[in-house]
Formats: sequence, structure tokens, C-alpha cells
Amino acid sequence: MISNLITYVFLFCSLYFEVFLLITYIEKRKTIKTEYLEMTGTNWPSVDIVVPCFNESKTIIATINSLLDLNYPKDKLKIMVVDDGSTDDSLKTLEVFKKNTQVEIHHKENGGKYTALNFAIENSHADLFGCLDADSFVDKDALKNMLPYFENEKIMAVVPSIKVYEPGNILQKIQKIEYGWGIFVRKVLTYLNALHVTPGPLTIFRKKIFDNIGKYKHAHQTEDLEMALRMQKHNYKIANSHRSIVYTVTPKTIKTLYKQRRRWSYGFLKNAIDYKFMFFKKEYGNLGFFILPLAVISIFSALYLATNFVISNANIILEQITRISVVGISFNKINFDWFYFNTSLTSVIAWFTILGTLTLVLLSIKLSEGKLKIKTELFYFLFIYPIIAPFWLFSAVFNTIFSKTITWR
Amino acid sequence: MEIKNDREKTDWLKYFYAFVITVLIFATAIYISNYFSNKKLSQLKTMEDKISLDILSSETQFSLLTEASCKDIGDNTLSIEVGQLGDKLSYTEGKIGSDNLDFQSLKTYYFLLEIKDYLLMKQISEKCKDKPTFILYFYSNKGSCTECQNEGYVLTKLHEMYPQIRIYSFDYDFNIPTINTLKSIYKIENKLPAMFINGKVQYGLKSVDDIKKIIPETKIWDKENLASSTNNQASN
Repeated sequence: MISNLITYVFLFCSLYFEVFLLITYIEKRKTIKTEYLEMTGTNWPSVDIVVPCFNESKTIIATINSLLDLNYPKDKLKIMVVDDGSTDDSLKTLEVFKKNTQVEIHHKENGGKYTALNFAIENSHADLFGCLDADSFVDKDALKNMLPYFENEKIMAVVPSIKVYEPGNILQKIQKIEYGWGIFVRKVLTYLNALHVTPGPLTIFRKKIFDNIGKYKHAHQTEDLEMALRMQKHNYKIANSHRSIVYTVTPKTIKTLYKQRRRWSYGFLKNAIDYKFMFFKKEYGNLGFFILPLAVISIFSALYLATNFVISNANIILEQITRISVVGISFNKINFDWFYFNTSLTSVIAWFTILGTLTLVLLSIKLSEGKLKIKTELFYFLFIYPIIAPFWLFSAVFNTIFSKTITWR
Repeated sequence: MEIKNDREKTDWLKYFYAFVITVLIFATAIYISNYFSNKKLSQLKTMEDKISLDILSSETQFSLLTEASCKDIGDNTLSIEVGQLGDKLSYTEGKIGSDNLDFQSLKTYYFLLEIKDYLLMKQISEKCKDKPTFILYFYSNKGSCTECQNEGYVLTKLHEMYPQIRIYSFDYDFNIPTINTLKSIYKIENKLPAMFINGKVQYGLKSVDDIKKIIPETKIWDKENLASSTNNQASN
């Protein structure tokens, strides 16, 4: 009985969140098409983009080349590569840019990504400051599309739409749908003023923000999340330019995906604890009152529902094993009698929630791809992702509770 | 100059609308779930009514036995229907729990139908000089009977192998006078699983082979099955 009640509460929260996102999307869907299309002024602000690099020799050249290809006045754009004590041949690889006046190459002792970013901030004198991870590549118009947002003086940072770079295997195709979902959620969260991540793949800030609220912190290895929360705490607005596309290399194996997501989830939980004073406070708007608490609840909800799913299926498997051990293997005919379809309240609500998720995923595909294309990766995402995600969530929650630190790789 | 964003006012109306829509979806889910639960219970009731009618029909035929031939009475159809009803009741019990009053009434009716069918089949076989095999199986859904589930698997398998065996299952803990009478007539003790086969009570888990030893007719049926499958192969 209590177990059912908890399930209903979690399913209600999931459904409520989906409805809330959908209402916001419907309310703003016309604005999405027309917002900040063109810059009205003619003055291009100066922009410094830092590429922090630690053992990224395989992708760093392509990353920098994509920045050099940006449709932006060359005299207004500087690329600062900060080698954070790489032990591979990253530094040697970067020598090809030595004569390029747009590229500055710095080397420092290894101190973590946030130290590389801070090093660049200290040496930057531009109007706008951005960061691009060394495994990401920008679309030619990514930066140009962000600029109209900065004409609104209230906007202090603009985040892009992130897509998966050349998804090859099933795991990367699942992430393609997931990143598309991220594009949708990020867009909707903008309208709620509740963006709480300024992602490594190309977020552009007004440089003065760092003078006002300070530089990057270690922040449990999720400095991009903490920076966004700090901005929100100080009431600075973060916008999303969904037309600015950045491609990022995503994990190819379960192991690397697990490690990456565990770090993200752990970082979120740890930062949520650090910023717990924002929870359920009206003065922090939708973010404090609704989005942050719900994000935490959703982690525990996913874990609870996954545990329930595993237990119920384990019982079925155990029953089958017992049956085989008693009477041997025999194949029962599959019974398609509707009588045996599960029509319990939990099951019906779960189907409604899945339907809501599917609607939002389809909308996210439309927003990220420009049109609605249903491909096999959608099914991979719907059926495989819910099975693998609880693993890193479990680990992240465990490490958060027992204060175990998580390694980057 | 520091320009801060004026925190937009929280849109309480949107929270309210989202809440109302979510509640409506929940209410719809409750309605759908109840609708199908009632449909299922009503299907069980219909099945029971049909079986009851079939039994009444058999009883009437039996009364007319002097004028009808044995071959016209008592095929396996009823046994299959009773079996299907039993499966559905067992599934429903797992989903809605045994405390549901509607379900308890259906379960009572089911046991009564089983007993009626058992008595009728016994009478028919006596009149027709037939020697059918009956198994009265007593189980418990309570945790104390750890082997009851396994015995259920064995009996399902046995019925698949020998549809000639008529198996009637009874919940030992289901407190209705007819089951209590049955327990007292056959002297079934609370040592479950228990089976009444060929005039003797068997206690504890019995495998398919154990039961085959208790029912000698299975050897004849095995031979008949073997012969019929050989004939089929030969004709193919």
C-alpha cells in the first residue's frame, strides 16, 4: 500500500513536470521561431573563446579549426588555447597554430579544467568570453546567432544547442535523442528563467560577469553547473540560442558513458546541496521553487521506479526458474487474451507518463532536427536508456551520500 | 554598471493549470483502470454463469441418462473452461488482492462450481462404467505453504500431459462450508500441499513422476500417445 502510494506520488511528479513543460512550450512556440533573429546594431563585440585542453590531441585541431571558421570578424575573435599540463602530444600538435594571430597558446601545470578557464579569464580583455571544450566543434553561425541575445542588457550568458558529433554506434544514437531532448528542455527552461547549466561546449558570457560574481570554482568537477547556479543566485539572466549549434564528441562505450554521467549526476547533487538555500524559495523564481527540487526528486523517482521494476521482474524470472527446476523446460503458449493485460492504476498512469515522454521527445526531435523524423534511435532511447541510466544515478547518489569523490575519467 | 535581471514573477496560474491537467489525467487513469477491473470481474462472472449453465445442462442430461447414451455426456469442454476460469481468478487475485469482496464472491462461486462438476463427473462415470481420474488439490496462498506454488506447476504440467485427469483445486484457508465439508469428508489435514487421488490423501510436494506412480492409468495413456504419434509420423 505504502509502496503504491510512493509510486503514485513519483508518477504524479513526472506527469506534472511533463505537463508543465508542454504548457510552457505551447505558450512560447511562436516566440521560438521569431526570437532574436538578427542583430540590430553594427558593432561586433570582441570575443575571446578559451579552449581548455588536457590530453585532447585527437580532436583539438578540429576544434580550433571550427572556431577559426566561425562567421565572425577575425579582428574581433581571439582563441585562447590553455594546455592544462597535457601528458600526450597535445602541446606539440598545437604548434601548427603558432603563426596564427587569432590563436594564443598557453601552457600551465595541470590543475583541472576550472583553473584553465580562470587562467584565460585573467588574461582576457574582451567584451564577451566563451568556453569551448576541446572535444567539440562549432557550426559556422553558432557565435553570430548568439549575439542578438546580448542586445538585451539583462542577458548575461547565452548557451547553445548541443548535438552529437557523428553518432556511430547505438549508444551514441541514444545520446543523439537525449541531446535533442536537452535542446528542447533548455529552450523551455529559458522561458522559465531556470537554466542551471552553462555547458562547456560554447557558452558565451559577458566578461564582466566574472568581475561581479567571481571566476570558476572546482564545484565537484561540474564548474559549468555551479557557474549557472551562481548566476541564478545573483539574479543574472541566462538565455538559450537554439539556432547556435555545437557538435560534441560523445562516449562510445558504456563504461565511458557511465563515468561521464555519474560525474554529471554527482556534480548536480553536490551543487544542489551547496545551493540548497534556493530550494522552495519564491525569490529564486521557477528555478528555486520548482525546477531544482523537481530535478532532485526526479533522480530519486527514477531510482525508486527502476528498483520496483527490477524487483517485479526478478520475481517473474525467479518464478520461471523455480518452474523449470520443478517441471523442466516447457514453452507456454503466449496468451493474447486482453484479460491478462495489466490494467492496474500504476500501469495505466505509467502508460500516460510514457505517452507524455514520447510527445516531448517527438517535439524535441522537431526542434533539434527542424522536422519530425522517427528513426530507430528513438526506440533505442525509449527502451535502452531507462535501463542503463539508473546505474549511474545509483552510483552518483551513493557517492554523494557517502561523500566519495568522483574521478574525471 | 551592474544590470540585473528583475526576477520574473512566478506564474502561479501556470502551476495551477498544470496541476489541474495532471489531476485530470490521473482521474482518467483511475477511471480506465476501474473500468477494466470491472470488465474483468464481469467477464469472470459471465464465465461462471456459463459454466453453471453447462453443469445444469449436464445434470439434466444425466437425469435423462436412461434415455441418452453415455457418449453424449461429459466431454472435456467444461473441464477446459473451469481450468481457464481458475487461471483468470488466480491472475486477478494476484492483481487486486484476495480481500476484494467482489472477488471473494466469484472465488466462492468457482469452488462451488468445481465441487458440482466433480460430483456430476463422479456420478456420470459410475453410471457409464467409466474410470476417470480425479485430483482434489488443496493449497494455501499464505506464506506457510512454500511448496504450494511448485505443486501448482507440477499439476499444470500433468494436465498438459494428460488432459484426461480432472484436477480440482481448493484454497484450504478459504472459509466456506462446502470446502470445510470436503476437507472433513476426505480428512485433509493442514499439511499442505495435499492431494486426494484415487481414494488416498497425499501430503507434501509430489513430482510428475510421483503422481504418475499413484495413477497407473498414465502408463496406458503414455502407450496410447506413443502409438498415435507413431501413426501420425507414418501417415506423414
